[in-house]
Order: sequence, then structure tokens, then C-alpha cells
Amino acid sequence: MDIFLQQIINGLVLGSIYALVALGYSMVYGILGLINFAHGEVVMIGAMIALAMLQALASSSMPIAVIILLSLLVAALVCMALGYAMEKVCYRPLRNAPRLAPLITAIGLSIVLQNIAMIAWGRQFVAFPLQIHATQHAIAGASISDLQILIILVATASAVALLLLVHKTRLGRAMRATAQDHRIAGLMGVNVNTIISVAFVLGSALAAAAGIMIAAYYGLAHYSMGALLGLKAFTAAVLGGIGNLGGAVVGGLLLGLIESLGAGYIGALTGGFLGSHYQDIFAFFVLILVLIFRPSGLLGERVAERA
Amino acid sequence: MSLLQAQQLKVSYGGINAVKSVDFHISKGELVALIGANGAGKTSTLKALCGMIKAKGNIFYGGADITNQPSCKLVNLGIVLVPEGRGIFSRLSIEENLHMGAYSRHKRREIRADFIKMYDLFPRLAKRRKQLAGTLSGGEQQMLAIARALMSRPRLLLLDEPSMGLAPLMVNKIFTTIKAVSAEGVTILLVEQNAKLALEISHRGYVMESGTIMLSDSAQNLLNSTQVKQAYLGE
Repeated sequence: MDIFLQQIINGLVLGSIYALVALGYSMVYGILGLINFAHGEVVMIGAMIALAMLQALASSSMPIAVIILLSLLVAALVCMALGYAMEKVCYRPLRNAPRLAPLITAIGLSIVLQNIAMIAWGRQFVAFPLQIHATQHAIAGASISDLQILIILVATASAVALLLLVHKTRLGRAMRATAQDHRIAGLMGVNVNTIISVAFVLGSALAAAAGIMIAAYYGLAHYSMGALLGLKAFTAAVLGGIGNLGGAVVGGLLLGLIESLGAGYIGALTGGFLGSHYQDIFAFFVLILVLIFRPSGLLGERVAERA
Repeated sequence: MSLLQAQQLKVSYGGINAVKSVDFHISKGELVALIGANGAGKTSTLKALCGMIKAKGNIFYGGADITNQPSCKLVNLGIVLVPEGRGIFSRLSIEENLHMGAYSRHKRREIRADFIKMYDLFPRLAKRRKQLAGTLSGGEQQMLAIARALMSRPRLLLLDEPSMGLAPLMVNKIFTTIKAVSAEGVTILLVEQNAKLALEISHRGYVMESGTIMLSDSAQNLLNSTQVKQAYLGE
């Protein structure tokens, strides 16, 4: 088996999920200048709601495809509502407060959501209720499963849809204008509050998708799964250049690749001293390097602005 | 009948009264200059008119009270500000900036016709319409800011210091444009430090000083008034 190719495949799958979450971070940061540290928790809630729905419907007589679609839909809607409420209740009152206030609120919100999830779903891992018999396909000495293909396809489609929305539509133009200057956008007739809500709702929908994907991929969900995932996706967003949506996608994929290649080779590189369970250090190693050498990220602001 | 009427308009920033109870009006189709030195309260007055800051007193527009309405609603009524420092979206293309100007409008054919009109009015913008607006020179940015405001088909255009930081040739070009826009029937309130230039193209003028309106007269009379000459025209 070709380990290198296999790690590339694994990395792309992981990276697509990071990219979806990173898009949410970057979009909100771009428009509000806020790092929504509770975004990872939205991913977790999405996974949990989907699992709960699957469990509740598993014994019903509905066809399996309908059950899955219904669960995804409900999870996405719940997350969108959560994103909307989060902004409206927790961040909007702090719109003009010093930057530290919404940041601390975000961290607090993250803890609150985790604890609510812990009360609702317990401390144990929640198992994915459906047996997924993913067919493996062999390509050039490596293998890729149906589920992995599906994750990459859905993530790509979602990211492309978001980028098209932001760059090709009237709403997207208003979002980019708002990202640059709230007051001037308001002068153009843009309702800035609506635009900010849209950013949260869209980001949360992507987060829900990512949550479901990761739960299906690992077959597990946990109330604390959003914390590390969120932090890594944030790293991906910073790596790509936070505020830049294309950068979030690039950063996500790159981070997934770095992690999985790193995990694949760390044992060989350190002579067996460090094993693949040290996978998580790569993300934060990358974060540190980016912050030192290229704080604006790979695709960060490079626009010349004349006075 | 006046299109806009401000009554006892006051603006304060945490205890500092920037505008202390001013009254003025603008009739439909007029070009009115609001002149005065730095810190006289001109920009604060404009910001109050377009809903960017909270104000006390009353602002009537076409008979309706619009005091403290958010700016995104006032655009739909036809009140548009070209802000001081131009406020273009530097990371959007020139074309996208113009689209933002037309954000409150929905009739595509009319918008397309206005695009052609703007590019006729400002051929320099047409040539560079796919470029990011941040790459334009100061004068070109001012043109873009005015063109963007016109894209909303304003009924009342508020201009804040359009000559600021521009080369004399460019200032002339901008003022010729303002006059042309006014001739088309758009009501304009022009805030300027360059009093002579502003009064020369205006119908009437108000002179502001320390948050109050000191003088109000026809532009011609203000240009000839010894008070204005001494204080603002440097004669």
C-alpha cells in the first residue's frame, strides 16, 4: 500500500472538513472583526442533533435515505438558528464595545454550549447509529471509501457555492462592502445587521455540514469535539489569511494534508520516539510558524491602497 | 416648498455641542452651500441629515419627519451622502462600487442605463472599471464616490468636502460635475471649506461658525459680503 498517497487522501478528507469550518470563522471575522470561538461548538451541536435525529428515526419505517436527509436538514436548521441567535443575543449588544468583550463572550459561549451538550447527551462518546458499509475503492496502491469521496464532494460543492455567493451575487457584494466599512455600506442602503446575521447563518450551516461529516467519518461524536476542531479550523483560517474565504479553503486543505502527512511520518522521522497520536501538534506548530513569519496568512490582504 | 427642513437641529458628542440648534432649509432643485472653518459643525450637520449620528431637533424631508432614521432607510427616500474622505470600497472593483450605489434600486434596465451615463460622465472610470477602486488616484476616487452616489438616483445629494486633498485641476473638474448634476434637477447640499469655489456654483449659502449658522443669504450676496470676505475668502 502506498502510504504517501493514502495520507494525501486522508489529509484531503480531513482538510475539506477543516475548510468548511474555517470558512465560517473567516466570514464572520471578515465582516465583524470578531473571532467567534464558539463556532467549533456549532459544529458539535450539528453533529449531536444529526445523531439524535438518526437515533430517533432509526426504528421508524421510513426509508433510510429519507431518514438521513431529514436528520441533515434538521441539524442544519438548528445550527443556523443557533448561529443567528448567538449573534443577536450575545454579540450584537457588544457591537461597539472594546474588542476584548465579544472575544471573552465567545469563549464563555463556547463553554456554555459544551456544558449544555454534556447535560443533554452525556459525557460518553455518542456512537453514530447507522452502520455505514462504505465500499473501498483501490487507486494506485491506496484506498478511498465512498464516504470519503462523499465528504470531499459535499465540502467542495458547499465551498464553491459560498464563494460564488460572495463574489457573484448582489448579497455577496453587500457582504464584501460591509466587511470593508459598515457605515459606508449603510449609506448605500445596506442593512448591516441583516448582512451580519447572514454571515452567521451561512457559517453555521457549513459548520453543521462539517459536524455531520466528522461524526460519520469517525462514527462518534462527543460534547467536547468542537473545541479542538474549532481551534484547528481557526488555525486553518489564519494560515490562509483570516477574512479571506479562498484562503480559508486553501488553509483548511493544507492543514489537513500537513496533519495527515505529519502523523504518517512522525514515527519514522523521530525513530519511533513520537507516534501518530501526536498528530495534533502539527496544527499548532503551523499556527505558531504562520504567526511568526506571515501573520497575514498565505492569501491575506495584499491590496495596495492609495489614500 | 422646501424639500428639506431642519429645525433646532443639535448634535453633541458626549457633552461637546458640535451643532447648537441650527435651522435651515433647502428647496427642491437648489444647490446650497454650507461653508465655514474647520470644526464649525458642517460635517456633523451632514451626518445628522443622513442618519449617521444621533441628533436632537427635527428634520423634515418632503414633509415627513426623518429625524434619527437609520441611513440605510434614508437611501430609499433619496438622501445620499458622499462622505468626507470619499469612502469608496477600495477592495471592490470600480464597477462593483457603482453597483453598491445602486443597491437600493431594483430595475435592472434603468440601472444599466445609469452605468452608461456614469461612464459617459467619467470616462476615466469606464477605462478602469474592472480594477480595484483602491488603485485609483485621489481625484478618481472622488469621481467614483460621486458617481456611486448618483447611481442611487438621489433626490437630495449631500456632498462633504469634495475638494479635499485634490489638485486644482481636479477640483475644477469635480465642481463642474457638481454644477452639471445640479442642472439636471438634483437638489444638493454642498459642504466646503473652499468657500469661494462653493459659493460660485451655488444658489444660496449658509455660513457656520462654532456650531451655529451665522449668515444665510444668496450665494452672490455672501460672495460680496465683507464679513465672509474677511473670514473665509482671505480678502
